[in-house]
Amino acid sequence: MNKARLYLLAISLTIVGLGLFSYKAYYLGFPLTPKTKVQVWNVDARIRFEAEGGPVKVTMFLPLNSGRFAFTDEHFISTDYGLNSSMEDANRSAVWSTRKADGAQNLYYRATVRMTNAKRPKTETKPPDITNPDFKGAKLAAVDSLISKTKPRSADTPSFVMELLRRLNSSNPDDNVKLLLGQKTAQRNKADLAVRILAQAGIAARVVHGVHLDDDKLDFSKKVNLLHWVEVYNGQRWLTFDPATGKSPVPVDWLPWWRGEGSLVKVQGGSKLNVTVSVSPKVDEGIASIAFRGEISKPLLLRFSLFSLPVNTQAVFRILLTIPIGAFLLVILRNIVGIKTFGTFMPVLIALAFRETGLAWGVLMFAVVVALGLVTRFYLERLKLLVVPRLAAVLIVVVLLIVALSILTHSLGIHRGLSLALFPLVILTMTIERMSIVWEERGAAESLLSGLGSIFAAALAFVVMNNKFLEHVFFVFPELLLVLLAATLLLGRYAGYRITDLYRFKALARG
Amino acid sequence: MLNIFRGLKNKGVLGINGRNANFTLKFNPRRFYPLVDDKLRTKRLAQANGIPVPELYALVEAAGQVRDLPDALKEHSSFVIKPAHGSGGEGILIVSRKDNGDFLRQNGEPLTLEGLKHHVLNSLSGLYSLGGQPDEVLAEYRVEFDPVFENISYEGVPDIRIVVMFGIPVMAMIRLPTKESDGKANLHQGAIGVGICMKTGTTLRGVWKNNIVTEHPDTGNPVTGLTIPWWDDLLELSSKWYELTELGYLGVDIVLDKSRGPLILELNARPGLNIQVANDSGLIPRLQLAERHREDLKNVSERVAFAKNKFAVTAAH
Repeated sequence: MNKARLYLLAISLTIVGLGLFSYKAYYLGFPLTPKTKVQVWNVDARIRFEAEGGPVKVTMFLPLNSGRFAFTDEHFISTDYGLNSSMEDANRSAVWSTRKADGAQNLYYRATVRMTNAKRPKTETKPPDITNPDFKGAKLAAVDSLISKTKPRSADTPSFVMELLRRLNSSNPDDNVKLLLGQKTAQRNKADLAVRILAQAGIAARVVHGVHLDDDKLDFSKKVNLLHWVEVYNGQRWLTFDPATGKSPVPVDWLPWWRGEGSLVKVQGGSKLNVTVSVSPKVDEGIASIAFRGEISKPLLLRFSLFSLPVNTQAVFRILLTIPIGAFLLVILRNIVGIKTFGTFMPVLIALAFRETGLAWGVLMFAVVVALGLVTRFYLERLKLLVVPRLAAVLIVVVLLIVALSILTHSLGIHRGLSLALFPLVILTMTIERMSIVWEERGAAESLLSGLGSIFAAALAFVVMNNKFLEHVFFVFPELLLVLLAATLLLGRYAGYRITDLYRFKALARG
Repeated sequence: MLNIFRGLKNKGVLGINGRNANFTLKFNPRRFYPLVDDKLRTKRLAQANGIPVPELYALVEAAGQVRDLPDALKEHSSFVIKPAHGSGGEGILIVSRKDNGDFLRQNGEPLTLEGLKHHVLNSLSGLYSLGGQPDEVLAEYRVEFDPVFENISYEGVPDIRIVVMFGIPVMAMIRLPTKESDGKANLHQGAIGVGICMKTGTTLRGVWKNNIVTEHPDTGNPVTGLTIPWWDDLLELSSKWYELTELGYLGVDIVLDKSRGPLILELNARPGLNIQVANDSGLIPRLQLAERHREDLKNVSERVAFAKNKFAVTAAH
């Protein structure tokens, strides 16, 4: 009767869970494995300067909607400033202005950029005007000489540009190049120079400035340097060239920001300008970007999924959703295998702490803190303290131990010691207390056995909970928790032997 | 490993999961637990029903009362301190008094009055109780065990554990303290468990730390073939608790006192499973037999007769 109800419940939970899962996975096309290709980035620009007390006007170029990239969100943070945006010469720019500002000023811009699968940008029908490069005297002669040397070696515009860039980048440049570049060999100067030489040769070209949307380092927002490259009009469309290598086109993850001359930010009424640009990939939104690109047909379900939460909350849920996996593992370890641990779910909490420290380091630190704590606890036992003050004393000692270990490891140059601070202190204290009681009541062997059992369970829980695939699957398909729940309920009625029972009653199995 | 699994299954050995899922959770309603988990309530219930128990000397319910403890105990040359909610024999202190008034623990270690008070205070704040709940402490009569056990126990008091299913005693063992168990009669602390024939009350074979033994490791005397005195009384005493506690699956711990005969020490709603090793047989067939006949057996004497008839062991190992 009870059993039938339990099976019914477990089966319904499994059906609901698996049903939702397969609908999302196979009909809506949610990815089953973590996406490795990043599709979404946050591009931040932080502007700092000292205002001089009068009116201030800050002009900043904004990233370009080039077709390969789309901007879903743009935020401007600037208290006390009025904000205008404008379009001129195919550049977008933002203008912050205020009547009076004094002291350090902070302006902030953030854009969320998605890479889209759109085709190449539309061809421009109107040929662009060529501005006079305005070379004079010796430089004019050098440019003409350079052009006439380059021309015979090229068949068309692209090959001309490549040959020119090769000459500019040559490790052993000729006298003309030396004269034109002078001491300024930065990428930006080469790009500027190339555009002017091309203008002299009657080819329309322009400099593009942008950033590389890097996804090497997935987790940190990192400062990036601006890139500069050259766009050349070949009569139908603009071609891109990397001035440092001469390669065309430039990589697809180079985001164009603004074109032409001028720097990213201009300040009137301020000084000590400092601009920092950083790029951070947003791996978590792999799904949302699929929905954005229209690859998921019915995003209604998406509106009620974890992806509707803010990104940093999503990160918390990623960790939260691994806890049931750890709990399920504990059910297996305790009720099927029969491993003894201190505290039912203590290993799960320790495993969460291992996320910050890493496994080997975490196990080592756990063992060291518990061992030193036990020594303290045995000493305190001789002082005959009451239970609660004694527990508090052990807790204080544990905190002191962690502080000491952190300082020690830091001064030894091991920076991981700092992450120790996230260890669950109260859990450690209770572990020490339980361990010392078991030690006294049932002997060192049993106490150490349970201690080892706890560490083993924690390490195993860490490995399982930290599995990227499981983390992804449970985050994208939280309904699978219903299946996990069903399995847990069924295990709750498991009345068979534990593996440790087999050893315990081994003598009975004979004869 | 699969062979062990099959062997245990064939013998009907009860595992921990099996005990919890099919017996304690099924036949022991949670609301009756406090009765057996609280040694004070067990004692009062026994006294109210004329069941002999060790006499209560003093009860400490709050830290302030610890001061009065020496006064309450001064007439008694020996006594036992135990937390009301202690489990598995934890926190039990067996104390005797020297002529000069100092205390001695049962293992011969001296114990100061301060040490005694500290132990009581620790127990009060829940050191030994399940979940660390604040506890009460009992001071009671220290059993003088029956001379029949003199040669086969080391220091402490041997006790007899009888597992009772619906009032039918199904399996029994005697637990003998050893040097290693520090005078305590708990198997996981290193005491010996010796199986008992339910019909005659004769000891079968012993198990010590999961190994089969026939002699006491400290005294060297044989532990088998010994007849427990008052065996029928013991069976009846254990059987009576079914009506009193309403727990279907129960462990009853009894001691034999030299002058007072069988005394109920404590009850256990989740009795351990090593009793099976000591008796070289599984609990499941016996428990199932008892479950089938629960309706047929009307009173204590019928149940005891049933047990003696069905659970006799003819050949001792």
